[in-house]
Amino acid sequence: MSFRSTCLAAVAAVALMCGAAQAQTLRYANQGELKSLDPYTVNETTTNAHLSHAYEGLTARDRDLKIIPGLAEKWETSADGLKWRFYLRKGVKFHGGQDFTADDVLFSADRVRAPGSNFVTRVPTDAKFVKVDDYTVDVILTTPNPILIAQWDYWMIMSKKWAEANNAVAPTPAAATTPSFASLNANGTGPFKIESHQPGVKTVFKANENWWGKPEGNIKEVIFTPISSDATRVAALLSGEVDVIEPVPIQDIQRVKASGTADVLSGPELRTIYLGMDQIRDELLESNVKGKNPFKDLRVRQAFYQAIDIETIKSRVMRGLSTPSPLMIAPELFPHTGFTRPKFDAEASKKLLAEAGYPNGFEVGMDCPNDRYVNDGQICQAIVGMLARVGIKVNLNAQPKGQYFAKVLKSGGYNTSFFLLGWTPSTFDAHNVLYDIIGCRTNPNSSRGETNLGGYCSKPMDALTDKILVEPDTAKRNEMIKEAFKISTDEIAYIPLHQQALAWGVSKKVKMAQRADNSLLFRYATKE
Amino acid sequence: MLAFILRRLFQSLLVMLAVALIAFTMFRFVGDPVNQLVSLDTPQAQVAEIRRSLGLDDPVLVQFFRYLYNAARLEFGVSYQFRLPVISLLGERAPATLELAFMSALFSLLVGIPMGVYTALRRDSALAKLFQAVSLIGISLPTFLIGILLIYLFSVTLGWLPSFGRGEVVKLGSWWTTGLLTASGWKALILPSITLGLFQMTLIMRLVRAEMLEVLRTDYIKFARARGLKTRAVHFGHALKNTLVPVITIAGLQLGSIIAFAIITETVFQWPGMGLLFLKAVQQIDIPIMAAYLILISFLFVSINLIVDLLYAAVDPRLRATVGAH
Amino acid sequence: MSTTNTPSASPSPQKPPSLLARILDSDILASFLRSKVTIVAAIVVLILFIGAAFAPFIAPTDPFDPATVFLADASIPPVWQDGGDPRFIIGTDDQGRDLYSAILYGLRVSLIVGGLGVLLAATIGITLGLLAGYFGGRVDAVIMRIADVQLTFPAILIALLIDGVVRGIFKSATREDTALYVLVISIGLSFWVQYARTIRGSTLIERNKDYVHAARLVGLPAPLIMLRHVLPNVIGPVLVILTINLALAVITEATLSFLGVGLPPTQPSLGTLINIGNRYLFSGDWWIVTFPGVTLAVLVLAVNLLGDWLRDALNPRLR
Repeated sequence: MSFRSTCLAAVAAVALMCGAAQAQTLRYANQGELKSLDPYTVNETTTNAHLSHAYEGLTARDRDLKIIPGLAEKWETSADGLKWRFYLRKGVKFHGGQDFTADDVLFSADRVRAPGSNFVTRVPTDAKFVKVDDYTVDVILTTPNPILIAQWDYWMIMSKKWAEANNAVAPTPAAATTPSFASLNANGTGPFKIESHQPGVKTVFKANENWWGKPEGNIKEVIFTPISSDATRVAALLSGEVDVIEPVPIQDIQRVKASGTADVLSGPELRTIYLGMDQIRDELLESNVKGKNPFKDLRVRQAFYQAIDIETIKSRVMRGLSTPSPLMIAPELFPHTGFTRPKFDAEASKKLLAEAGYPNGFEVGMDCPNDRYVNDGQICQAIVGMLARVGIKVNLNAQPKGQYFAKVLKSGGYNTSFFLLGWTPSTFDAHNVLYDIIGCRTNPNSSRGETNLGGYCSKPMDALTDKILVEPDTAKRNEMIKEAFKISTDEIAYIPLHQQALAWGVSKKVKMAQRADNSLLFRYATKE
Repeated sequence: MLAFILRRLFQSLLVMLAVALIAFTMFRFVGDPVNQLVSLDTPQAQVAEIRRSLGLDDPVLVQFFRYLYNAARLEFGVSYQFRLPVISLLGERAPATLELAFMSALFSLLVGIPMGVYTALRRDSALAKLFQAVSLIGISLPTFLIGILLIYLFSVTLGWLPSFGRGEVVKLGSWWTTGLLTASGWKALILPSITLGLFQMTLIMRLVRAEMLEVLRTDYIKFARARGLKTRAVHFGHALKNTLVPVITIAGLQLGSIIAFAIITETVFQWPGMGLLFLKAVQQIDIPIMAAYLILISFLFVSINLIVDLLYAAVDPRLRATVGAH
Repeated sequence: MSTTNTPSASPSPQKPPSLLARILDSDILASFLRSKVTIVAAIVVLILFIGAAFAPFIAPTDPFDPATVFLADASIPPVWQDGGDPRFIIGTDDQGRDLYSAILYGLRVSLIVGGLGVLLAATIGITLGLLAGYFGGRVDAVIMRIADVQLTFPAILIALLIDGVVRGIFKSATREDTALYVLVISIGLSFWVQYARTIRGSTLIERNKDYVHAARLVGLPAPLIMLRHVLPNVIGPVLVILTINLALAVITEATLSFLGVGLPPTQPSLGTLINIGNRYLFSGDWWIVTFPGVTLAVLVLAVNLLGDWLRDALNPRLR
């Protein structure tokens, strides 16, 4: 045995010489990985937030998601709404030393719309970019678009010279079959430079001393490590190996708060979690009801809605960290005034089912991701139980997001009868919700309703949606949005569940602001 | 002998081909990689374009032969997720997995052999019984739970050891990175090595015990004893030495499976090795990584098998005709 | 985990007495009664098997029926702790299922999966092992090369593979419909190699013995010789592997649920329960992982101890 103990003792002796923590270095762990440094490749919140440390857009959003000047100091719109003029910030340099000018904006506008970019929707395809002088750019539109710049904070401006010198003029497509320089190297204007990047393992950011803006924090270095296992990520925070983690599994929030060394920043997220029902097929794909589709009957949809005890889901599954929602959009993006959820009432639900001709309920298959949203699998399981009590037998098919999306999305032929999904409008605007997930998917040549998996369709609502896009008057526009939501809510196009909560685990040594779109931005962080 | 070697080489090649085919077919069913590459609001025309550019529209057989041709040139394609050549990703991750595998093998040998010897020599002592029972606990709980429990105890509660990653690594040569040259690297190795090695440790302990018991009954040991050699000399000079041959053979064969089974340990400890890369690839349906990993692992197995076979054949001519690996 | 938990399957040089003869040998019974550990293990295994078999009659609730599970009862601690509820002796899980009932049902599921999987593995392995050992030559080479391929695919990968194939073929099949078969087939396909190698090794020796030569001379057909004469003489070690593999299969099933290929949370096995509880380890809901975990560990430990004893008892040289 002496053998073994000697060995272990040696290991322990070496292990004791552990390095001390470094000041102003922020160690951060996220569930997801940073997959590409090319800002036009992966459109996903975590990646966008990461890249926004190095890259910047013409506009930016502050802690409260208000649009503020970014690389453009100011901008103005012509009276007809067809011409936007952007005045660029002067004296800004890219990390690689190149000056930032109008040429870079024009280049980025071409690159973001080039084949292979996953951000084509950021800039309208028919928008023309005109260089007025080195620091002024005009954008000429064919139709007015009041929300043109809504997503421009995450349309990163790249250096033309750098891209040309490194064979990175074309965007790295999501399906790159050859390695690309831009996906491994970054050259932005932002507050942090990427010092080293090992995909899926570690990324080191260093503060950019020459940043044009004034950093609100004191972070000089950020070491980012992905940690996918929930328990390990929480353990790393509790043991002080990392300073910030995202997300904290909600069941561990109490534990983290009680630890004394770390705290949890939580707040509502902009993502709405909802249930959808196939209302387009004449017979459900996965049901024992043959020859008709029960979900075409409003009473059945309402019965489902009223069978769901959202408050218990909130208290038990979400541990209080969700906001039950009557609408398909978060209250931060569009006020919920005038809308309420139908009351949870199992008896009423049974009665509605009986009226609709299903006194003994029926059987239906349900699709659910189990690794995409906060406690998604558990929510679905709870819903299965609640529906069972009104006589609906749900055959739950909960699977990892890869398989789930392959089945339910358009590419899988909308192969679902009843599902759970989450949606954040990438424009932070209601139009995106009305167009993408509630709009009719009946026109094969239009992208309208492509993610409307249930196939709900209302022509009057679609007509309103089209008007909403071009309406410049905010008050009028909001009235129209409200009306559109009223139509789809009355007809129960979907059953909205809740907005889930954000939960960041933050060491007591770190102070930072939380943004409701779940972007974790180190420029707002301070570490003791 | 040459014919034997050639035949075995040919068989091994067939095995590799079969693995490649199985691996490849499997991925056809795992899910649609394109959905992982686009966001929910990507226009469908673009989705179709991506599908075409990946060659996912071609017949399966065409895709397979294209894959084989490329694999033969060590060209495993580009990872869908990272847009990096798979071979360089695997190369980057290989040192982490190999070091972990090596350390856990070392742990299982250094702990397993003495425990096995002890339980064989003192079959009826209380300590031996305890060892046997304790060793069984290592295989009575799933690895992931053992890992989490170790993290909970040693990282969160005691704060002694890190819960994730490799610690500080040092670059050796052009691509090898090692955690063995820094204190934090050693610290980071302890928990994952134990988690991964526990199962092998139990296996080796039991194997050593069984072999020792067998050997101790053989005539030459009895003879050695009769010659009046010291018990210690008999046990360690003769018995243990003879026990170690099969143990090392098995341990060698186990090295391959340690690497394969590191998947779970690496996931729990966020160990940046090939197993974690593979599991992520499975979740993200990153076919090039999955296929290359499987082919790599089977290559490892087949090589070890082949070497063991050839060694056996060299030792025992009778085996050449009929016997493969055992 | 690994499929190579070989209980030192060194083939014995002489023709051993037949299995039945050895079982009936009073020495076995005597050795059983001598070992207190074995008796305890046997009793534990018996209790767990009975509990699993009669779960629907013993368990106070049916955890597989969502209509009887109330989310409002979720995460209630065991009865002796503050906030405990006498309806749930050892508490409830995150969905409000009675943990005691869930464990009984889960044990049942785990044993069915493990048992069927191991039986499938043994059937495949014994058949291929007999064929390889008896015929030798090309048959042997092919089968052993297949075994090599097999070894490169650990149970985890096989499960992913089969799960994927099943999903590809039955597009709208739910995990509830398929998981059981997927797991049984995965375990069967990844565990057979050990049986095949063991059986092949002993068959290689047996086939050159006089009694086999005699049977061949008499003109008995090969399948008959293999089944009637060779098999009974080589099956001894298989019994040991079966026992130990059952334990391994239950653990493998648990591991697979960690990787998301296990049984669905609506019909939890012990492994699924552990994986669910795993999430609540840090949050203070210790009972959700502890009770299923302890049950699993006790089961595996007891089965392994029985396997150990069986191996020693069947090996005449160790007596």
